[in-house]
Amino acid sequence: MDMNEIREIFFQECEEQLAELESGLLRLRDGDTDPETVNAVFRAVHSIKGGAGAFGLDDLVAFAHIFETALDCVRSSKFAASADLLNVLLKSADALADLTSAARDGGSVDPSRTSELEEALKAFASGQPRLVTGSQDMVHGTAPVTPEPADEPEFEPVPFSFDDFEEAESNASAAKPSGRNLFTVCFKPRSDLYAKGNEAVLLLRDLAKLGDLEVHCETDTLPGIEQLDAEAAYFSWRIRVETEHDEDAIRQVFEFAEWDCTLDVTPGYTDAASAEEIAVAGKAGPSTPFDLSLLDENPADAPVMARQDPADSPPAVADEQPEAIGQEAPKAAAEPAHLSTVAKALAAELAKKEMTVAAVPAAPQTIRVDLERVDRLINLVGELVINQSMLAQSVSDSHTGGTSALNVGLDELQQLTREIQDSVMAIRAQPVKPVFQRMGRIVRETADMTGKSVRLITEGENTEIDKTVIDKLAEPLTHLIRNAIDHGLEKPETRQAAGKNPEGRLSLTAKHRSGRIVIEIADDGAGINRDRVRDKAVEKGLIAADAKLSDEEIYNLIFHPGFSTAEHLTDISGRGVGMDVVKRSIQSLGGRLSINSTPGAGSVFTMSLPLTLAVLDGMVVTVAGQTLVVPLTAIIETLQPCQKDIHAFGTSHRLVAIRDTFCPLVDVGHILDFRSDLTDPVDGVVLLVESEGGGQRALMVDAIQGQRQVVIKSLETNYRHVPGIAAATILGDGRVALILDVDAIVMASRGHSLGAEMTLAATG
Amino acid sequence: MKKKILTVDDSRTIRNMLLVTLTNAGYDTVQAEDGIEGLEMLEESDPDVIVTDINMPRLDGLGFIAGVRKNERYRAIPILVLTTESDPDKKNQAREAGATGWIVKPFDPAKLIAAIERVTA
Repeated sequence: MDMNEIREIFFQECEEQLAELESGLLRLRDGDTDPETVNAVFRAVHSIKGGAGAFGLDDLVAFAHIFETALDCVRSSKFAASADLLNVLLKSADALADLTSAARDGGSVDPSRTSELEEALKAFASGQPRLVTGSQDMVHGTAPVTPEPADEPEFEPVPFSFDDFEEAESNASAAKPSGRNLFTVCFKPRSDLYAKGNEAVLLLRDLAKLGDLEVHCETDTLPGIEQLDAEAAYFSWRIRVETEHDEDAIRQVFEFAEWDCTLDVTPGYTDAASAEEIAVAGKAGPSTPFDLSLLDENPADAPVMARQDPADSPPAVADEQPEAIGQEAPKAAAEPAHLSTVAKALAAELAKKEMTVAAVPAAPQTIRVDLERVDRLINLVGELVINQSMLAQSVSDSHTGGTSALNVGLDELQQLTREIQDSVMAIRAQPVKPVFQRMGRIVRETADMTGKSVRLITEGENTEIDKTVIDKLAEPLTHLIRNAIDHGLEKPETRQAAGKNPEGRLSLTAKHRSGRIVIEIADDGAGINRDRVRDKAVEKGLIAADAKLSDEEIYNLIFHPGFSTAEHLTDISGRGVGMDVVKRSIQSLGGRLSINSTPGAGSVFTMSLPLTLAVLDGMVVTVAGQTLVVPLTAIIETLQPCQKDIHAFGTSHRLVAIRDTFCPLVDVGHILDFRSDLTDPVDGVVLLVESEGGGQRALMVDAIQGQRQVVIKSLETNYRHVPGIAAATILGDGRVALILDVDAIVMASRGHSLGAEMTLAATG
Repeated sequence: MKKKILTVDDSRTIRNMLLVTLTNAGYDTVQAEDGIEGLEMLEESDPDVIVTDINMPRLDGLGFIAGVRKNERYRAIPILVLTTESDPDKKNQAREAGATGWIVKPFDPAKLIAAIERVTA
């Protein structure tokens, strides 16, 4: 793993943390008082800051730090999270997301935006005088970054680099200050020191790395054996240090011990008494140069301090519990005489450990796979599907009918292919949650810009859909949400006057419906003014003044490209901005967009998308000698009409009687311009289809070849958009077949009944 | 003889950094994602040193340290805490819980190794 990979992981993790942060803040806003929610929110920012520091992303660290400080105040319940504060916190989360993206992609974020939020966060944090002194500095700090309180010089973020590693080490040994200094160190551990896993012997070994030592162990406090407490600290040390380092370096060695010991570091021999004392001590109990490195190499022979210890007391203790190695460790330091005994046991224990198999790390529950690999797999499976159907077709074309074994084999192959395909598709399926979460931010921003108050309610966030579709969802969704807020929802005053809640409600719902995913964007605004839209369409010459249009047809006018450019009309209709673009981008996904609206009560935009862009269950049909595929999801039933079922309507329209209703008959060959004459329905087959808008049509084709799964190949990327055609596919025999866009056909059929203006152009 | 280090941190980024740094320095590394998992893995991994974060879901570093110290076998194992610049108080809390020492996060690899060496025989 290299630095770039870790960096990539960091940014992936940031995405997750940011999502966690936002959803946590939203829960808090909705009245969640669970302390774990606050903790999770805090941790998210904290983690981002931690990683960002390691990568030297200073802007991100600085902002995250201030953000974190404010969150810490919430966490420690210094004040309740007010609506105002949550508003600031949510915006800060947005800013943090932007800073993260900027850090990843090398862009920058408008400093005025972050500084404004920083001020607000600081104001909240400092609004309370009851802050603990420790964090006071940071809370009140005026500098944008305050990770460097004077007493904690080490708190400066250290950018992480593996290259620095060896360099730093060699620097540490090379860059020694010149000249030798003398210090006298008095070190008296308390028993707490050992209880926390520190060991005097290790600290002394560290100290020995700084220079030459003369160590004298003081044993005055050692009681008789009958009073000996195995866990007490009886020894203290007086050490003469001759080193090239300064006092700080010496204190640094005892950094972990400072709370649990008494430590005196006196430079040189200014104190004559202590110098003499040391000299005397040196004679009385011979001090040895403190070479603890021997301990590492041969623990059993470590000579450490052995001569300074009373000969009688300690072995008894060690022998009492020879098996309790972990417990022995602190005692070993407290009673150095046993060090060799303990060290032997330790060595044995370690040797034993070495023989045992290394612990297996917890099995990961997920793996990360490059999307490219999955795509390649999906493509291959697509080829497999085509190949399988080619094989099936060859067998059926051979007119032998195949042996039963062959047929059974083919059936099994087909089933397996289908299962592989489903499994592969499932790899790429992901919940729509991340996209929905991003919309929260769009709502906040748009609400701010338009001076409206909006509450976003999301539902079905865990609905899964192919990643390729998810990635393309954000843009149309953003447009629709902006539209809903900008044009759909009224100003708070207006809403109040109308007896509505001043806070507008916008709901975003995802659900599966018959093999597609349906996403609804519903607002409780004023609804679409049908008369205005209609009048404008007449004025623009889009429809005839006396044209009779259903509500659905009127709403669909909004998607007409001409509508979006007419600025003044947008203001009247309220629903024009870029709607044709939105519709096109949804169509390019094989999806559709429909509108429903109730005056005064709001509008619903319904987006229906395929679950995947890769495969489709289709009915293969023949029309005017061409092979076409009709998506199975659109087909309700197929039937062969009798002459008595066909009724003429007007001059050029026909209806087919299906049970007790009449359904408009659409000649597919005619509407696609494959042929100019209408065919006789009795000669063909009728597919009863339902469009997303809910309208039913009887599509007339010449013959049905069969039903099969086809691999979708985009027509747009390989050719261009063709009205009435959704995509193409390759059939078993290698021929290309077009996949029918049922909705477009249904709309076009309406267009025929309305006039030329509303023909296929409306969809393209 | 390689020493084994149990790291406990909920951040994938930090876990990876610890893994790379410790592996480069010749240590065996076992990783847990939070305090509960850390305690679960304690016996089976039988580490020589523990490096733990403080802010974690489910069971934080303070609870984890207390849990380790309650275990007879590990009550004197060196535990290093990863602290961050914003919470000097945390360092003291961790120490009260029984931490042996601390490493500033984001950490400098050399300092991390130095800190580990300082607490291991």
